[in-house]
Amino acid sequence: MTDTLSLAPKTSPRTLPVDDRGGPRQPMLIVEDLKKHFPIKTGGAFGGLRTSVKAVDGVNFTVAKRETLGVVGESGCGKSTMARLLSHLITPDTGSIIFDGEKVGASGGISVRDLRRQMQMVFQDSYSSLNPRLPIVDSIAFGPKANGVKGSVARARAEEILGLVGLNPRQFARRYPHQLSGGQRQRVNIARALAMEPRLVVLDEAVSALDKSVEAQVLNLLARLKEQFELTYIFISHDLNVVQYISDRVLVMYLGQVVEIGEVDELYARPSHPYTEALLSSRPSMDPARRRTEPPLAGDPPNPVNLPSGCRFRTRCALAEEVCAKVAPVLTPLPDSPTHPVACHARQPGAGHSLSPAA
Amino acid sequence: MTDATVTTIAPARPAAPVTPAQGYWGGVAKRLRRDPLTLICLGVILAIVLAAVFAPLISPADPYKTSMMARLKPVGTPGHFLGTDELGRDMLARLIYGGRISLFTGVTPVVLATLIGGVLGLAAGFFGGLVNTTIMRTMDVFYAFPSVLLAVAISGALGAGLLNVLIALTVVFIPPICRIAESVTTQARAEDYVEAARATGAATWRIITVHVLPNVMGPVFIYASSLISVSIVIASGLSFLGLGVSPPQADWGLMLNTLRQSIYIAPGQAVIPGIMIFITSMCFNLMSDGLRGAMDVKE
Ligand SMILES: Nc1ncnc2c1ncn2[C@@H]1O[C@H](COP(=O)(O)OP(=O)(O)OP(=O)(O)O)[C@@H](O)[C@H]1O
Ligand code: SF4
Ligand SMILES: [Mg+2]
Repeated sequence: MTDTLSLAPKTSPRTLPVDDRGGPRQPMLIVEDLKKHFPIKTGGAFGGLRTSVKAVDGVNFTVAKRETLGVVGESGCGKSTMARLLSHLITPDTGSIIFDGEKVGASGGISVRDLRRQMQMVFQDSYSSLNPRLPIVDSIAFGPKANGVKGSVARARAEEILGLVGLNPRQFARRYPHQLSGGQRQRVNIARALAMEPRLVVLDEAVSALDKSVEAQVLNLLARLKEQFELTYIFISHDLNVVQYISDRVLVMYLGQVVEIGEVDELYARPSHPYTEALLSSRPSMDPARRRTEPPLAGDPPNPVNLPSGCRFRTRCALAEEVCAKVAPVLTPLPDSPTHPVACHARQPGAGHSLSPAA
Repeated sequence: MTDATVTTIAPARPAAPVTPAQGYWGGVAKRLRRDPLTLICLGVILAIVLAAVFAPLISPADPYKTSMMARLKPVGTPGHFLGTDELGRDMLARLIYGGRISLFTGVTPVVLATLIGGVLGLAAGFFGGLVNTTIMRTMDVFYAFPSVLLAVAISGALGAGLLNVLIALTVVFIPPICRIAESVTTQARAEDYVEAARATGAATWRIITVHVLPNVMGPVFIYASSLISVSIVIASGLSFLGLGVSPPQADWGLMLNTLRQSIYIAPGQAVIPGIMIFITSMCFNLMSDGLRGAMDVKE
């Protein structure tokens, strides 16, 4: 890192009130049966058929405090939709989100507004994420100001945070987004999220648009900030290597559903869902002898409007059998690893697949 | 040791040009100063506006004084620099006074329509859904008619007079301005920075004023300034049809249309009001182009 700025521990007190309500053992986030179907019209000159894209279709997971949950999956599998659902930027059709023990939007729970203070997002497109007409210090100070922090305090704090993300405030604070490089802009976006003093940060492809060396710097910055501010991350990316580097646990999505969740080392060493296996083996291998010649994931994913019956992966799965077309597999822990749930008949005892382990 | 020359300076980050703290409008002014064409147009518009405002002070003659003896004197006649019209009135005086009404009918409806159409478009774009459908479908009804026809129909229904011309033109300009505002707002609303602002839990009015409005104002403002010329021309047409100002009052459109009959006898005078309409519209158009460039920070 070329950062020369001091990274002294935070001295100023929190400007926005927040407390660790549930205690360290309470998960930061519990997501239950989250669903979002986008209604669309297809074909037909006279209105056509009303159907829907099942962008997120019954997702369950938990995120522990201070962990990093990686989320991977092909383009269009619903990662960004899920991220936006979590902070209620779009309203879920069904499902509940429990933030530190408090249900979002329910009576007696946490309001969407309070949730948003504590959960921030960083998007992929660093340019479109910043208002081109605002100096970056104002973009960073906007959130706290909108939540009642005095303007001068918010700006002073914004400058302090710029320093924390490695941008000298005297040099950068008054600049406009177009006067920064992509990496610098993404640092500003991280600063903007940090200014809200969040506890959970959702990073949606936050480093994907950066070139490799800048990406590494920003990843290091994220790791450092996480320690310093005791953050919890949900890290969405299609880059399996980056996810492996930064995550504690990894969630694999396929067409709006979770197909596998596991500790990063176990999941990468022992991928159990055929889709995860295919994804991991599609990574270019460093060892030429181990390079595969045929593509591990044949074809495109099916149309999310018209999904296959039973297991959604069956049209591309080498292990697909009759049962896979009839019954949709449910996310169930592996018999020998309770922290490693998988949604595949071939991995579940008594599921009726020829490879199902003995019950 | 020559090795000592090996640099040990930490690699600097790529230095973007450091700009002094001047704010957004400071930057706009700076870019405008470097654009001579826009400055010239601004100058011409300013001159025309000043002439209209101070007409009684600078006018060389009484614009309403007719003279049977001095009808249709050509341009350059001593005492009548731009000649006289079909009733012997001094052309220059009538042009200066005519500018008052022409500018007024050019600018006022556009300003009103920008306020009304802008707010409607902003609401439609930001809130989407049913709000959008209701507002935009209503606009479409008006938009379906050609603007001249609509203006004629409305002022015909309301009756002749300056006020009714202003009302008619305002109604004509609201839908196109609303459309621009709506489409720019819809775009701005989809930007990640608006999403990020919503993710801070900020109130809607604050998001609109800080993040949406400044990005919408530019395009709307520029489009609106290009409508001023249209407004002048349509207002002139309405006068011709007897729906706008009535003789002996003058605006450029009315002058053009009364002199039209003399075009073969006195071509010099007949084209002058047309030239004024042309120059004024051109300047407003070029100025809005120049503003568009200057207001675009992305360069
Ligand atoms: N507003 C919307 N209206 C209709 N369909 C939508 C909408 N937003 C997303 N979708 C659809 O939902 C599906 C999931 O989209 P999403 O952006 O969440 O995918 P993603 O996993 O983030 O993909 P990527 O890796 O390309 O960013 C896609 O099929 C997409 O076309
Ligand atoms: S359930 Fe069947 S089709 Fe689906 S992944 Fe498992 S084996 Fe393949
Ligand atoms: Mg995405």
